[in-house]
Amino acid sequence: MSEPEGRGAAWTEERGTSDEGRRCLKGAPEASGKHSMSRQAPAGERPGGGQTSIRDCLHAEWTKVRTAPGTIWLLAAAMVLTVGVSTGAAAATRCPSGAGCPVDVTKLSLTGVQVGQALVAILAVLMISAEYGTGMIRTTLTAIPRRSAVLAAKAAILTGLVLAAGTAGVAGSVLAGRLILPGHGFTPANGFPPPTSPSPFLSLAQGPVLRAAAGSVLYLALVGLLSLGAAAALRDSAVAIGAVLALLYLFPIVAAVAASQNWYRHLEQIGPMTAGLAIQATTGLRGLPISPWAGLGVLAAWAAGALLLGGVVLSRRDA
Amino acid sequence: VTRSQLAERDGFGRVLRAEWTKFRTVRGWVIGMVVAAALIDLVGLFAAGQGNIACSPGPGGPTKTGQACIPPVPLGPGGEAVTDSFYFVRQPLAGDGTITARVTSLTGRYGGGAGPASAAGGPLSNIRPGVQPWSKAGIIIKASTTQGSAYAAMLVTGGHGVRMQYDYTGDVAGLPGAVSAASPRWLRLTRSADTITGYDSADGSRWAKVGAVTLPGLRATVQAGMFATSPAYVQLTHSFGGSTGQVGPSLATGVFDHVSLAGDRAGTAWAGDNIGDQGAYGPQTSQVEGYRQAGGTFTVTGNGDIAPVGAGPASSVGPTAPIEEHLAGAFAGLIAVVVIGAMFFTAEYRRGLIRVTLAASPRRGSVLAAKAIVVASVTFVAALGASIVAVVVGTRLSRAGGQFVLPVSRLTEVRVIAGTAALLAVAAVLALALGAMLRRSAVAVTIAIAGMVATYVLGVAQVLPAGASEWLLRVTPAAAFAVQQSIPAYPQVNDQYTPPAYFPLAPWAGFAVLCGYAALALGLATYLLRRRDA
Repeated sequence: MSEPEGRGAAWTEERGTSDEGRRCLKGAPEASGKHSMSRQAPAGERPGGGQTSIRDCLHAEWTKVRTAPGTIWLLAAAMVLTVGVSTGAAAATRCPSGAGCPVDVTKLSLTGVQVGQALVAILAVLMISAEYGTGMIRTTLTAIPRRSAVLAAKAAILTGLVLAAGTAGVAGSVLAGRLILPGHGFTPANGFPPPTSPSPFLSLAQGPVLRAAAGSVLYLALVGLLSLGAAAALRDSAVAIGAVLALLYLFPIVAAVAASQNWYRHLEQIGPMTAGLAIQATTGLRGLPISPWAGLGVLAAWAAGALLLGGVVLSRRDA
Repeated sequence: VTRSQLAERDGFGRVLRAEWTKFRTVRGWVIGMVVAAALIDLVGLFAAGQGNIACSPGPGGPTKTGQACIPPVPLGPGGEAVTDSFYFVRQPLAGDGTITARVTSLTGRYGGGAGPASAAGGPLSNIRPGVQPWSKAGIIIKASTTQGSAYAAMLVTGGHGVRMQYDYTGDVAGLPGAVSAASPRWLRLTRSADTITGYDSADGSRWAKVGAVTLPGLRATVQAGMFATSPAYVQLTHSFGGSTGQVGPSLATGVFDHVSLAGDRAGTAWAGDNIGDQGAYGPQTSQVEGYRQAGGTFTVTGNGDIAPVGAGPASSVGPTAPIEEHLAGAFAGLIAVVVIGAMFFTAEYRRGLIRVTLAASPRRGSVLAAKAIVVASVTFVAALGASIVAVVVGTRLSRAGGQFVLPVSRLTEVRVIAGTAALLAVAAVLALALGAMLRRSAVAVTIAIAGMVATYVLGVAQVLPAGASEWLLRVTPAAAFAVQQSIPAYPQVNDQYTPPAYFPLAPWAGFAVLCGYAALALGLATYLLRRRDA
């Protein structure tokens, strides 16, 4: 029931018999039609036998994602949850006067990213798993037999969508923090800059705040790519989303029970979420297990690894 | 039993069997269950088995590892780990008798200590005046001077008025307010066979009974006298990004007069004993701890505590681990069973099997019920086996690695293990119901994981401020992890009562929150399954 058993002779692989492989990446010499999908696939589906360019690949993916019923809701939910959770975290935090609170206000107002990423992961997983669920993947690969190009086009479309939604969510979160936190004791009296100063409170004009905000948007995009790669490798949506969320959320939990400080730091350094979210830190950078950009680099390595694995599995296995 | 009822029961039995057949014949799900069990054990044993914990150099030697790290932790009469360390000015008391004393002052000092922080200036540098809320001075009747022996005490505290405490976990409030020369406190303990009764008074003439406690098997001759002790001071700033805290030793000094001991005593002179000296002030301990007698006035100064050992950071017995630390793998297992639970329903839609299923058994509610029973039972059995292994083997590994595993009663151990298995089973049912409602496994899986694991990460990994994380662990399904808490929170011990060691809800109350969510989801799923077209 969980594995598609019914792929029969109609979908057997055939190598090197058609010219479709050349069509997606114009002029790509290595595109030798490897893994063409179907022996029934006519050589020239498109009247006139026009070749599929990168633009066509992107356009196809854009049309699919645009017309899928869940996309807009998932993006909207990612945005709303990011802003909502950030607002809630800011609203729940108070700085008692005179006590001096060691709070990283930038990180605090970006808390929602930790929940919003789950919706980004769903969107990314569904971009591939939904095709396996409906059998659409066979049509997709018939039209674009160069499978890595399919994955690349999906990755590009996903990145664009997540960057857009992520920017809105992160901007909303920072704005919420700016409006709420000064009323909760994060005032000049407690050592926080006033709203009217050369470097005002939580302003994107400050280098670290801008780095944290822009980095959070990149973080969401990288989580999306990680999820896309995992979905390409695992196919089933439930398994893929489970694996991605386990990768994200389990590292901090396991690190917390690690008895030795060394293990704790190592786990925080290699976990995609724990390392990636270092980009949000603006205070106490020395105490971090990993520096902000190096942390984002760890997440990027995870995403690249997942995409690579997904690409290899997609190219090697029968769809 | 009518024939139709029989037929109905037979019908449900058939549905149940059909669902069991579906489950066991899908290789991925069986493998998934094995993976879930393996994850529970792998993470749990990782938490336990990280080799030996290096101890800081002890007062009398080089760095030690392993068993040598932990000074023997005394166990109280109830079997729990206790701290039993105080300055005791005592006399033997044979048979029944009464001890009375007036406390005119309780003062304290804190800071300093033999730790590395104050190594430069010596243990007595950086010591500041101030009494801790649970600094104690009072009178005590104790079975013997052995640590962990039974006792009952009447005492004044730094911030919680007069208390009667007994056998480490017992605590009854007496007169409120702080003690001073202008407002002294009279304390009295009366032994009658196994029963000890405590009284307090503001003026020494009108006495009020605070409590009576039975210490079973109390020997004929016990030790009675005055004591003073003061637990580690804890200054915690809860904030975003974690709690920064300072923990260090403290001292309490109690001044007693009008001391009388009535009964058949074996001796007549008072003797001072530093019970369970922890060496908190290093070689200078004898300069700060001890007692002075001038006329009828006794001044007693001590450090330590007479209290149960908690799982929080202020517990001062070295590296401790509650048993549930070996069940951290439940989160990993949870993700696996949630995926299986959701797929157990959504896979029916993918292949159109749902139409066959519903044609075979048109009572849609019973299909859902049968699936819930199958997935819950399989999960419970797999998780139970894995949890038993994680706790039993993990506890041994932790002990071998130099950790002190806080002892709990057999009943508590069973509750923690079976509760974890039940938690996973109910989580799988929740995911199943979400899958039936939403028909999309990705969304169902994400909601279940976000509700249980992500909220736990937000609440426990000190991402959110303390108030918000406590709220999260009350209202979200993650509240169910309270079932893993093995050490109760003791209000009479100053500690940081926050997750992961402590949960805001009682164990079964937290579990009930998850069950509530699962029941709600099952109800909605049944309703939608009946109403919607398959």
